[in-house]
Amino acid sequence: MARIVEARRLTPVTKLFRLDAPLIAAAAKAGQFVMLRVREGGERIPLTIADYDRAAGTLTIVVQEVGATTKRVCALEAGDEILDVVGPLGTPVDIAPGGHACAVGGGFGSAALLCLMKELRARGDTTTAIVGARNKDLLILTDELRAICTSVEICTDDGSAGFKGFVTQRLAQLIAGEGPGRPDTVVAIGPMVMLRAIAETTREAKVKTLVSLDPLMVDGTGMCGGCRVIVGGQTLFACVDGPIFDAHEVDFAVGMRRSKQYVRQEKEAVERLACAATPALVEAR
Amino acid sequence: MPVKRAEKTPMPVRDPEVRAHDFKEVNDGYTIFHAAFEAERCLRCQDPVCVEGCPVGIPIPDFIHAVAIGDMAGAARILRGANPLPAICGRVCPQETQCEERCSLGTRLVPVAIGHLERFVADWERTQAPAAPLRPTRPKKIAVIGSGPSGLVCAGELARLGYPVTVYEALHAPGGVLRYGIPEFRLPKAILDWEIGVLKGLGVEIVCNVVIGKTLPLDDLFSRLGYTVVFVGTGAGLPQFLGISGEDLNGVMSANEFLTRVNLMRAYDFPETDTPVNVGKRVAVIGAGNTAMDAARTALRMGAEEAMIVYRRSEKEMSARVEEYGHAIEEGVRFHWLTSPLEVVGSADGWVTGLRCQKMQLGEPDRSGRARPVPIPGEEVTIPLDNVVLAIGTTPNPLLTRTTSGLLTTKEGCLVADEETGRTPKPLVFAGGDAVTGAATVILAAGAGKRAAHAIDEALAARG
Ligand SMILES: Cc1cc2nc3c(=O)[nH]c(=O)nc-3n(C[C@H](O)[C@H](O)[C@H](O)COP(=O)(O)OP(=O)(O)OC[C@H]3O[C@@H](n4cnc5c(N)ncnc54)[C@H](O)[C@@H]3O)c2cc1C
Ligand SMILES: Cc1cc2nc3c(=O)[nH]c(=O)nc-3n(C[C@H](O)[C@H](O)[C@H](O)COP(=O)(O)OP(=O)(O)OC[C@H]3O[C@@H](n4cnc5c(N)ncnc54)[C@H](O)[C@@H]3O)c2cc1C
Ligand code: SF4
Ligand code: SF4
Ligand code: FES
Repeated sequence: MARIVEARRLTPVTKLFRLDAPLIAAAAKAGQFVMLRVREGGERIPLTIADYDRAAGTLTIVVQEVGATTKRVCALEAGDEILDVVGPLGTPVDIAPGGHACAVGGGFGSAALLCLMKELRARGDTTTAIVGARNKDLLILTDELRAICTSVEICTDDGSAGFKGFVTQRLAQLIAGEGPGRPDTVVAIGPMVMLRAIAETTREAKVKTLVSLDPLMVDGTGMCGGCRVIVGGQTLFACVDGPIFDAHEVDFAVGMRRSKQYVRQEKEAVERLACAATPALVEAR
Repeated sequence: MPVKRAEKTPMPVRDPEVRAHDFKEVNDGYTIFHAAFEAERCLRCQDPVCVEGCPVGIPIPDFIHAVAIGDMAGAARILRGANPLPAICGRVCPQETQCEERCSLGTRLVPVAIGHLERFVADWERTQAPAAPLRPTRPKKIAVIGSGPSGLVCAGELARLGYPVTVYEALHAPGGVLRYGIPEFRLPKAILDWEIGVLKGLGVEIVCNVVIGKTLPLDDLFSRLGYTVVFVGTGAGLPQFLGISGEDLNGVMSANEFLTRVNLMRAYDFPETDTPVNVGKRVAVIGAGNTAMDAARTALRMGAEEAMIVYRRSEKEMSARVEEYGHAIEEGVRFHWLTSPLEVVGSADGWVTGLRCQKMQLGEPDRSGRARPVPIPGEEVTIPLDNVVLAIGTTPNPLLTRTTSGLLTTKEGCLVADEETGRTPKPLVFAGGDAVTGAATVILAAGAGKRAAHAIDEALAARG
């Protein structure tokens, strides 16, 4: 059980939660994730550790509503309990110190960058965050990122804030020397299509690029192999060997195909949840 | 020798046509009449060789005699004194290669149904009032990592000896393979829950959702949390893949994934529960151990029209329990012996459509003495399929050993520990079960947990 100490809507589809989870907060490092379950019979879903506060014993996660379980999580409020939370799982991100690291986030990914940027900044690296959204109302946690990064680059599809265009276009400009300049390492968190686009953006320029993959997972401890991904021609388990991998080695086509294995059932679950909206949400609390 | 009935008293089972479509237990269990009748067959041998076949040395003739004279409480006491998980072992032990294989009746007749009787007594015991809770009497705290049979038994024995014990489990529910692997139709979760309840009554604390090596380093159990001894019973949960082409296709799963989705996550109740599992019309399971039989029989229960076993050796080399094999045949599981997978084939959109296999024949014996399967040149088959489940074995999960200094592993990834005591090279760390032996059996894991508990007690007594 983990009690929610803070719940804050960031956008209509994303919500930030701070959880009372002292053991996990004490061990967490950037790049790791937790798995949680919100009800008996519920699914175990992986969520990136966006931030941690060891002194307060809290853990921050940001959840984007995409299906039944994430909707159930987002129906919870401060004071509610999350049935099971386990972590930190996965291997922390490993970046050589002293360089310029550029983190790129899409969707919940911009939030998931918080503790990474903090860790890198604390040891003296130069840090840039590139965050993108369709329009300025969907941007999340930009103030928090500004407070901890050397620079923050904002991109919106419609130009309502910052650079007009995709994060990949702004990243290409940085690699070409614009703004805060060419990064030594790029780290990206977000949907697989975005990760693939970033891998393509940095491939030719040979900028070291790390991506946090989000395959389907069941246990998160290396026991089921459901999260297997192909990296450098090798089959690896994202939950223990990752979730962060060298973007230029990842087979995104297989990754995206495998993510779709349960689309039919996922749709069914969401429709069912919508029909039963009120009781199911009450039950989830 | 008095004249004994030749045959075992048959175990009442549910109709295969019915049971192959639900998850209720296959075996109904002996009634008191079956049990008394079967107990009569035991010769109460002077030199009970059956006991030598039992990894925990249950005084078999004694408990069977108690059944024969109707002293169920006595039988239960004898059983539990030697085996802390009798209701579970009575159901899942491969008796035919252990106690029953040795039984002297077996030389001329069919061995006594020791497993069925063990199950009967343990089930009777569950109808009785639970024992009064115990309070720890000793000051030294012990941590157990993993709640499979080795960890549970080690914790139970230590609690009985008076130690405060905490079990740390990575998953959200305790039991290890007993929870996520062995299906409900062979081992109802209610029985596992009852056994876990007994342990809690003994004062054992079980903490789920803690991955030692991730949430907490093993050494913190000593330094920060004040445990004096740690027992490692983390099992052999890492699934093996074949490394053939097409294993990444949609619809290919390890047996661990398939069974975990169904058992631990209760996919059979989807969408009441939230975790789905893909089961198409035709499912092939690669391998022929208990895990493979469980996966094939589970596939039938999840609605597969055809479930089959694909195995590169022959029926003789199969490692599944005889009873499970028999039940699988009755339920309609099909068997492709001497068939070795070459490639999983798939559709343009990446879903499994079949399994291309090489037909084999038995050749010269290999080093283990088993006939080595060799390809029959030119004989290939492609079996049309919707799912492929891999049940070709598991090895210990390296998660804990990678993050802990002082533990040694073999090249197979097994923890190095003394077979008798479970002592590892790291001071005050003991280990047992599949983590040490590689994938084995419930009773071997339970036995290792029990021996380690007594070795821990001795080690602590010696330290004063
Ligand atoms: C290591 C890791 C870290 C993650 N971190 C976060 C996080 O910090 N915040 C967050 O909101 N989500 C995160 N995710 C994704 C999150 O786990 C999934 O969104 C969640 O499991 C979906 O569950 P659901 O029942 O709500 O939706 P489902 O019913 O499972 O899915 C609904 C829809 O979303 C799609 N979908 C499902 N899972 C994924 C996925 N992994 N990637 C892309 N599409 C998917 C499905 O195809 C379907 O169309 C992470 C995933 C991984 C593996
Ligand atoms: C499908 C299947 C069917 C089987 N059928 C039979 C049968 O019929 N008869 C028989 O005798 N045997 C059978 N077996 C084998 C038997 O189940 C195992 O040998 C036995 O469970 C091993 O027990 P264990 O205690 O060593 O480990 P496990 O049962 O594997 O339990 C280990 C536990 O430790 C936890 N863990 C691992 N790492 C950590 C960590 N770092 N921190 C915290 N917790 C951790 C795991 O989550 C797990 O719960 C079967 C196995 C399978 C998979
Ligand atoms: S525990 Fe297993 S081997 Fe021992 S008597 Fe019981 S069934 Fe036989
Ligand atoms: S060997 Fe067989 S007959 Fe003899 S005591 Fe054991 S169970 Fe009874
Ligand atoms: S999620 Fe099961 S092995 Fe990674």
